[in-house]
Amino acid sequence: MSELTSRPSLLPDFNAPAAVSYRRWRGIKDRAARHLMALGGISVLIAIILIAFYLLYVVLPMFRPAHIEVLVQYDLPGNPEESTVYYAIEEQHEIGLRASESGDLYFFKTAEGTLIKSVNLFEAHQDDITAFSAGDPTQGLLAFATGKGTVLLVQHRYRVTYPNDVRLITPAVEYPLENKPVVMDVNKNPIRLIAAQAEDNQVSIAAAVADVIIRLSTFSKETSLISDETTVQRVDATITMENPVIKMVMDIEQRELYVADNRGNISYFDISNKTAPRLVQKVHAVPDGTVITSLEFLAGGISILVGDSRGTITQWFPVRDQENNYTLQNIRNFRSLKAPVVTMAPDYSRKGFTAIDKQGYIGIYHTTAHRTVKKQRISEEPLTFVAVDPRGNAMLVEDSSQQLQFWQVENEHPEISWRSIWGKVWYESRQQPEYIWQSSSASNDFEPKFSLTPLAFGTLKAALYAMLFSIPLAILGAIYTAYFMNARMRAYVKPTIEMMGALPTVILGFLAGLWLAPFIEKNLPGVLMLMLLLPVTMLISAYLWQFLPKRMRQYIPEGWEAAILIPIILLAGVAAIALGRPVENLFFAGNMPLWLTNVVGINFDQRNSLVVGIAMGFAVIPTIFSISEDAIYGVPKQLTTGSLALGATPWQTMMGVVLLTASPGIFSAIMIGFGRAVGETMIVVMATGNTAIMDMNIFQGFRALSANIAVEMPESEVSSTHYRILFLAGLVLFAATFLFNTIAEIVRQRLRTKYSNL
Amino acid sequence: MNLSLRPWLASGAPYIWLNAGAVSISLIMVVGLIALIAVRGLAHFWPADVLAFEYLQQDGSLTHIIGEIVDQESTTESHITHHADQDAARTFRRYLIKTGNRDHLGLDFRWVDQSGMQERHYPDELMVVERREWGNLYGYLAGIKMDGQDISSKENHWTQLQQLIDHSGEIFDEIRHIEKHRIGAINYQMEELRIRKKGLILKGDNDPDKHQQITEQRNNLQEQYNDLTVQLKSLYQSLNQYSFIARIADGKELTVPLSRVVRAYRPNSMSVFQKIRFYFIKLWEFVSDEPREANTEGGIFPAIFGTVLMVMIMAVIVTPFGVVAAVYLHEYAKQGVMTRIIRIAVNNLAGVPSIVYGVFGLGFFVYFLGGSIDQLFFPEKLPAPTFGTPGLMWASITLAILTVPVVIVATEEGLSRVPRAIREGSLALGATKAETLWRTVLPMTASAMITGLILAIARAAGEVAPLMLVGVVKLAPTLPLDANYPFLHLDRKFMHLGFHIYDVGFQSPNVEAARPLVYATALLLVLIIIILNLTAIRIRNRLREKYRAAEQH
Repeated sequence: MSELTSRPSLLPDFNAPAAVSYRRWRGIKDRAARHLMALGGISVLIAIILIAFYLLYVVLPMFRPAHIEVLVQYDLPGNPEESTVYYAIEEQHEIGLRASESGDLYFFKTAEGTLIKSVNLFEAHQDDITAFSAGDPTQGLLAFATGKGTVLLVQHRYRVTYPNDVRLITPAVEYPLENKPVVMDVNKNPIRLIAAQAEDNQVSIAAAVADVIIRLSTFSKETSLISDETTVQRVDATITMENPVIKMVMDIEQRELYVADNRGNISYFDISNKTAPRLVQKVHAVPDGTVITSLEFLAGGISILVGDSRGTITQWFPVRDQENNYTLQNIRNFRSLKAPVVTMAPDYSRKGFTAIDKQGYIGIYHTTAHRTVKKQRISEEPLTFVAVDPRGNAMLVEDSSQQLQFWQVENEHPEISWRSIWGKVWYESRQQPEYIWQSSSASNDFEPKFSLTPLAFGTLKAALYAMLFSIPLAILGAIYTAYFMNARMRAYVKPTIEMMGALPTVILGFLAGLWLAPFIEKNLPGVLMLMLLLPVTMLISAYLWQFLPKRMRQYIPEGWEAAILIPIILLAGVAAIALGRPVENLFFAGNMPLWLTNVVGINFDQRNSLVVGIAMGFAVIPTIFSISEDAIYGVPKQLTTGSLALGATPWQTMMGVVLLTASPGIFSAIMIGFGRAVGETMIVVMATGNTAIMDMNIFQGFRALSANIAVEMPESEVSSTHYRILFLAGLVLFAATFLFNTIAEIVRQRLRTKYSNL
Repeated sequence: MNLSLRPWLASGAPYIWLNAGAVSISLIMVVGLIALIAVRGLAHFWPADVLAFEYLQQDGSLTHIIGEIVDQESTTESHITHHADQDAARTFRRYLIKTGNRDHLGLDFRWVDQSGMQERHYPDELMVVERREWGNLYGYLAGIKMDGQDISSKENHWTQLQQLIDHSGEIFDEIRHIEKHRIGAINYQMEELRIRKKGLILKGDNDPDKHQQITEQRNNLQEQYNDLTVQLKSLYQSLNQYSFIARIADGKELTVPLSRVVRAYRPNSMSVFQKIRFYFIKLWEFVSDEPREANTEGGIFPAIFGTVLMVMIMAVIVTPFGVVAAVYLHEYAKQGVMTRIIRIAVNNLAGVPSIVYGVFGLGFFVYFLGGSIDQLFFPEKLPAPTFGTPGLMWASITLAILTVPVVIVATEEGLSRVPRAIREGSLALGATKAETLWRTVLPMTASAMITGLILAIARAAGEVAPLMLVGVVKLAPTLPLDANYPFLHLDRKFMHLGFHIYDVGFQSPNVEAARPLVYATALLLVLIIIILNLTAIRIRNRLREKYRAAEQH
């Protein structure tokens, strides 16, 4: 024995240096592999989690409140003795404008308050100024009214040049009419209140020359085609009020005039006919004992904002009723300020505004969203003036201690609130609160309508019709395939149906839109009859089958019923479509869709929910079929054989034992199918009209969340509200499908353990 | 015979038959759908006979119509007029005739009422001319011209026309080669030089040598370009020499320059053999040529190329990551609640709507990552984005994320099928865990990985919604792979079969004319995906048998 052990081993020595270092090398490789695998595996999983978090990261800024920060504070630019009547900031918020009560315009650098230019409008005229107003901020119109019944209109404009590649903004003053006051009152009564607008070639001025008398003048410029000469035509009118006027605004298109009086009434005048202003309505806008302290137009010139001495701000606009009459309606109220509203500055292109009050509070609001984006006390003193820049990035605030503050504003998404996304919103020019999705328009001061409700509704409608079509087919089919079908046939049938699931949905959508939709429109009665006829035909064939001669029946063994039915169903289909034509002629005047619209009053779109239901049902069937088939097939054999041994028929066994056991699996199949239907994109893009209507009518289309993303995403501007809200739509889809799938997966895992225990 | 229903109902037979019916309907739908696509897609390339007939129009006048019958239906007056008047229920048969000559008639297609069709002829001399613009021309050959002179020899001017078409086709190909490849390459190099110069300026590099070098190269290129334009000019001259005269249905004679002609044929005089040959030529053109006329004519080669390239890049990305994640999950991670949660999450991701991946890809990859890459590596190209815009790379990565769950699930399944004994045997012999995996487990899982990969490819090839956001375009001027350095242009946009179907079928100005091509494209896509899936299924089945054998031994 000792000889044997002492004989040198064929294997290399375990402790030889080469072997040791080789082992060490292998150990290093092993550990490296372990770490590499962990790194790779975990990074893939992190990537997966990243999706959800990135979507959230894009969506969240929409719901954050605005952020404001004071950058600098300085003494009033220009002569501080003269009190201010107006502030403005140009687009790049480099230059501010302060207009004073004596008609001086001071242009100053917003960053430090140094004057760059001052213009004295009334040097030559020597008139005292009794009233001031600014027109729509986009036009930069300022109107100064004098104690002698005259009005001077000026516009502040900014020219941008790039000398030496550095941006230089030069302010300038222009005169829309001429550099000379126009006479509003021939009796030279002092003007108490004024409102003016200038757009294109028309200028309108409304001036209260006494407590209750308003003079209205419109100047239209016409340029002669031949001589290039400009002629100005003037039209005058007079309005007499019941109560003394305290506030007055005119819309930019010069069609409406709103006048507030000292009793809290607002009179709404239609001034589109410049010679005959018409009082449309007079409403009591604030409760008794409350005074209207501020009256402004919202951007776009449709809504007015009324600020009162309680600190409440109300939004009003004319609403058209059935008889085409407009009435002024109170749309919504903002009650976050508690002290009298001093003034309000509307945004230039959004439906938001900034308000200040007597206690030093500032509030930033958005009307569509009905949202107070920011409320903050920025001064111990009452605030006196506020101005915002055209892009909503900066503001100037003056307080009563004659200090001017320059603020930076971060307020990118004021138009979004929970209510504006999911609730009914009363949009401008609409008759009642509605759910509307309309993300863009050609017009600049358009009110975006970001309600996801109609889109979510469309998604659910599509999924619902798809499930109506697919659940019966898939589950009945799964029952048959798993339990009754001949094994040889099953070997072909199951992969074939699963292949359905692999078909690209773009092909299903294309066929649904270009083939199925016209086919259904042309053969609607036939298609509807087919749906009734199919089960009837199956039952009749089943009934007749038992009377066939035994020899013939034996020729085809059990479990081949599905094969036998194929030609019968094909025949029934052809028969139903062929029958459809005479039926349509007989009962529906030759065109059933038209008949539905004219006689029944149901609208019919060619690309409708029925088409989507069938096409998407087609896409969902394999998912539901495959999972429920697995669940039914996996029911332990001892259960079924037991049941059969006790004398139950195969069908009784199916219903009483198999289905009951497999029902969680079928439930999870339906959930997964529903998840797939909810997120399906190409079919809904191609097979519906993509109009966002909320109507359960099976013969009408819809716009689904997924389709909306696919259509609008490529055009949306990065980081805009539209972009973020499309991300929100994506997040909603993600969350919904994740929820459905997780429930389904948990149910399925439970079922699996149950089966293995049985 | 016992006609009583009760025992029959009690036996459950009717319900079983109803269930069977559900299977039958599903089968009919799948097979019917594929058959519909196949028939419509394949029929398009067949040179159908061209019909000539007198047509009695509704106003009582006669008109001569030439064209192919492409569709027919039986319908009612009301379906056409959308009015419910007296005649509304009149049923009649009508034909859709492809009359071609869009430049002349305004429309390619016309519905005709069967009752108005007089005697039909199929004249042998009727020819169909495929043009590069304005679709097909149908008519009779009335003469051939060279520089405005009639040069037709009366006896065999058809053969003469064919020769001339072949000749001008060659010139046309040469022109296209010069314009596309040689001038394209020059333009590409010019652009590179411009960017290099801008880069120098941005870096503040004022080395006159470098600038001089760029100017020289640019002049050099400009010279080459000038040479080519001279060459092109003479080619165009010889191309525009010839034209032919066609007499169309209403008797008018049109002069058509041969430079606009792809081919001319006379289907009525072709034998079945000639037609079959023609059929395959057209089929080949379809898969190998570039699209013409806003994608409604010609081939779909760029779309096939784009799809294949995108899927290949995706496969290169998805395989290692999917396999590594699966191996980690199955072999290294401690099994417990955490791995269960991760498994559920991975499974769920397969069910997350593809459009969500598109949104993520656009926001994260294109705008966030791509934007940063541009800032860091391509500042000289800004403001024109390089990777900060949808393109091939982002599309591939997005689809890789979309399909990674498929690969993980398939690989994990394969790993769990490897018998324990094999693993333990390897470990018992002293192999480390990594060696066991690398030498025994992974090779046994290879076919499972391939199955997963094939399924991932099948899914990616058919996916359109996310691609619409991250890189697909309706018409890409250049392929993402060409002879210009660096050859593979990951930043370029590309064409895709699925998007092609959507775009041509739904965004095209002439849907009727484009429809057969859409069917053909759909057929191609369906075939690719079915073949991929069948391969995956076969591999999987073979795999299962192999393991069953391994377990029994």
